[in-house]
Amino acid sequence: MEYGMVSAAYIAASILFILSLGGLSNQESAQRGNLFGIAGMGLAIVATIAGSTPISLVLVLVVMAIGGTAGSVLASRVEMTAMPQLVAILHSFVGLAAVLVGFGSYLEAGTQFSGAEKIVHQIEIYLGVLIGALTFSGSIAAFGKLQGILSSKPLMIPGRHIVNILIGLACIWFGVEFVNADSISDGMTPLLFMTGLALIFGLHMVLAIGGADMPVVISMLNSYSGWAAAATGFMLANDLLIVTGALVGSSGAILSFIMCRAMNRRFISVILGGFGTPASSSSGPAIEGEATPISSSESAQLLSDAKSAVIVPGYGMAVAHAQQAVSELVNKLRDSGVEVRFAIHPVAGRMPGHMNVLLAEARVSYDIVLEMDEINADLPETDVVLVIGANDIVNPAAQEVPDSPIAGMPVLEVWKSKTCIVLKRSMATGYAGVDNPLFYRENTRMLFGDAKDSISAVLAEL
Amino acid sequence: MIIGILKEQSDGEKRVALAPTSVLAACELGFKVQVELNAGVHAGFSNEDYIDCGASIVNTAEELVNSSEIVIKIRAPEDGSVSGTDEQNLLKPGQILISLIAPGQNPDLLSGLANKGVTALAMDAVPRISRAQKLDTLSSMANVAGYRAVVEAANHFGRFFTGQVTAAGKVPPAKVLVIGAGVAGLAAIGAASAMGAQVRAFDTRPEVKEQVESMGAEFLMLEFSEEGSGEGGYAKTMSEEFIAAEMALFAEQAREVDIIITTALIPGKPAPKLILADTARLMKAGSVIVDLAAEQGGNCELTRPNEIVTDEGLTIIGLTDLPSRMAAQSSTLFGNNVVHLLSDLSPDKNGKLNIDMGDEVIRGMTVVNGHEVTWPPPAPRLSAAPTAPAPESSPPVPPVLARKSSASGTLISLAVVVAAILGVGAVAPASFMGHFTVFVLAIFVGWQVIWNVTPALHTPLMSVTNAISGIIVIGALVQMGSSSATVIALAMVALFVASINIFGGFWVTQRMLRMFRKEQ
Repeated sequence: MEYGMVSAAYIAASILFILSLGGLSNQESAQRGNLFGIAGMGLAIVATIAGSTPISLVLVLVVMAIGGTAGSVLASRVEMTAMPQLVAILHSFVGLAAVLVGFGSYLEAGTQFSGAEKIVHQIEIYLGVLIGALTFSGSIAAFGKLQGILSSKPLMIPGRHIVNILIGLACIWFGVEFVNADSISDGMTPLLFMTGLALIFGLHMVLAIGGADMPVVISMLNSYSGWAAAATGFMLANDLLIVTGALVGSSGAILSFIMCRAMNRRFISVILGGFGTPASSSSGPAIEGEATPISSSESAQLLSDAKSAVIVPGYGMAVAHAQQAVSELVNKLRDSGVEVRFAIHPVAGRMPGHMNVLLAEARVSYDIVLEMDEINADLPETDVVLVIGANDIVNPAAQEVPDSPIAGMPVLEVWKSKTCIVLKRSMATGYAGVDNPLFYRENTRMLFGDAKDSISAVLAEL
Repeated sequence: MIIGILKEQSDGEKRVALAPTSVLAACELGFKVQVELNAGVHAGFSNEDYIDCGASIVNTAEELVNSSEIVIKIRAPEDGSVSGTDEQNLLKPGQILISLIAPGQNPDLLSGLANKGVTALAMDAVPRISRAQKLDTLSSMANVAGYRAVVEAANHFGRFFTGQVTAAGKVPPAKVLVIGAGVAGLAAIGAASAMGAQVRAFDTRPEVKEQVESMGAEFLMLEFSEEGSGEGGYAKTMSEEFIAAEMALFAEQAREVDIIITTALIPGKPAPKLILADTARLMKAGSVIVDLAAEQGGNCELTRPNEIVTDEGLTIIGLTDLPSRMAAQSSTLFGNNVVHLLSDLSPDKNGKLNIDMGDEVIRGMTVVNGHEVTWPPPAPRLSAAPTAPAPESSPPVPPVLARKSSASGTLISLAVVVAAILGVGAVAPASFMGHFTVFVLAIFVGWQVIWNVTPALHTPLMSVTNAISGIIVIGALVQMGSSSATVIALAMVALFVASINIFGGFWVTQRMLRMFRKEQ
């Protein structure tokens, strides 16, 4: 195929990708958006294959078929509660591919560049591999944490900031060595060393971040995978890769920004890690008072007597796989005339939008699933708020205790409702390690136990 | 330990300290309960009801007090002057008395109990902190009184509360003004608006505005800056200018409204006179005033305590026994408060009382301990922030503001970006700048597009961006044409993982998006 035709196909693919992301602006157009994405991808792949001369078309198709089958099986089997893990592992693949393509590109480069262009090309390769390796190992670590293979507690190596700085300096030094290398074999050593360091750095960076910051980590890795693709685009002088990478990169960056804002934290402090360690929990003031427990039959009574109810799901709902039971409860209540809505905090769960997906899976209509800003004003008029496995996102200390570790974090003001029922396993603190005065409020009732069992028990009493 | 429930002696007192349900709860805490014959009969609880709930019935007060270790009643023990039994005389050393006591007004009672060595817990001396609200009978009774005030008003008001348009003509809704938005005031607001009246409320404490509005009433603001919150959730006495402005407001309202319910109390002082005789007479004929402060002298000048009087077509209700007029409800609530107290006092649920004077709540309620008068208690210490006072009085804490980036910060970061782009342009070769242009523009497009994504779709957004970042497959495809075997091997692996990404990402996105559904 002509170079011009390939470029034209790439332009079309770029536009399709932009339309794809634009389609996600609301639920009605979202499926169409995804189809645009698939079309763009198909177009790009066909054009590339047609425009280049692979050694064996059959080999390409076989490899893609195997990979594609693996991906499809993975995607069709994954449980919605395990979405964060899936997304993390997929990020790692992009990182790995970027590293491999970067090495390939370096081995290929030969003598086609010289002077300033050569230096630029070397830097592009170096950065592409660096970001790719970082994304790869960081995503693997995130996957491990989300899957429960690794502890979700932040790993605090003494002097870890110094370690990070040393790694950063070493990467720069190897970078200079790499650019100055005379031959490919000379350059390979610093490139390999840097790859190793970047892998360690990515691993270390994610391990140092606590479980509650996972939405930021996932978004950040999403962003990195985009930048890795863009860097690959630069090294291959391929505008489609650059455009797509930049789109994905800025998408992830915006998500990280939204997640940080929802926790009232600075991106840099999330990345530096160490949030939610015991040291920070002791700084909160001790709370006096006692929590009032409630039985499932009393909860059922409260709910059936209510005119309006709001459900606040958190990570606990995902852990207990309680979304189906919750959906049934909602249907039953709505049938008996109770106005039920959901309130979703931006950082509820382990990835942006996690709760929405779980509720969608349980066939909860999305027009009763509202965001924090949409529903906070209605909470004072709400008769019953049901908090299912959420803690920090409903903590009044964020507004009332100026020296609390979560001070200033926007929260769902559930304590303003008439009655607030909190479903919880125990009185333990949330991931931020902060005590929650909500549990001791006069209008709060605690329904202890596994979220799914509790909801089923309430359902049986209705 | 054995609990004895005395029958109330006072005339017109229909309540009983523990309803049968509370007796059941007390038995579960390990106490043995005995009830004086016919103690609950005026509240609608028969002797059989009590026996069914595990109590035994004792014929006389003497017998009951003699055989009990804890004596519980509603009103402070009588001295025998009102009617037959001298309850104070019956009490024995070492006994524990739980009742309303009004320790501030009854110094003689306190010293009498102390002389005898009776320990007294006053249900009306519960400290007003949130932890103690479940014990607070004043709130429970105020709640009942507020509701009953509306019922009494309706009884004496010749019209509907709710506006109606009927075949026989149009009926305007009743307009109700509630003065004082404490527990009683809020209960009155709730009851009146539930009956369909148009309710407005006034309070000197501006922070109760939200609560008033949440109960469905309009909050009348006084254009005057003086903070009216005193200690313990009560209002304090206001300045003269404020009172003048207040009076003007009431006069204006009196012309408009049909019913006024006043609930204004200042602790330890006579009730403030808010509705002067002249103001009251501004009301239309047939209007009703219910004065819940009648016991402390009344908020209205025309009020006569314990009486319902009429004055130029206006009915002024000064009843002070409103809770007793709802005896079943009041007794149930009072009993619940007492059971909460018992359960706090016997944490092991073994039917033994442990009066812990180190506990702020118990310390406050214990007005006589052994031979010692322990009233008034030391000023409550201020505890940590989360234990705000009662909800009807909690001052709103200014929310800690979220960090916001300033306009100057945005400008600075914009300048840095522009400088960086210029810097790149200064050193990079032309071929690079072409790609760089595309890169920067694509970031910009992405920035614009992504902000429109609804937060509910953030997970599908991540999976679809994940899929399209599998576009890196193009790099691998190009390299598949390489002459080097190593490069081809690397490219094959890259092709493989990128394919997983593309198919997996799009597939799972599609799966998720199919699930999002709107109600048919």
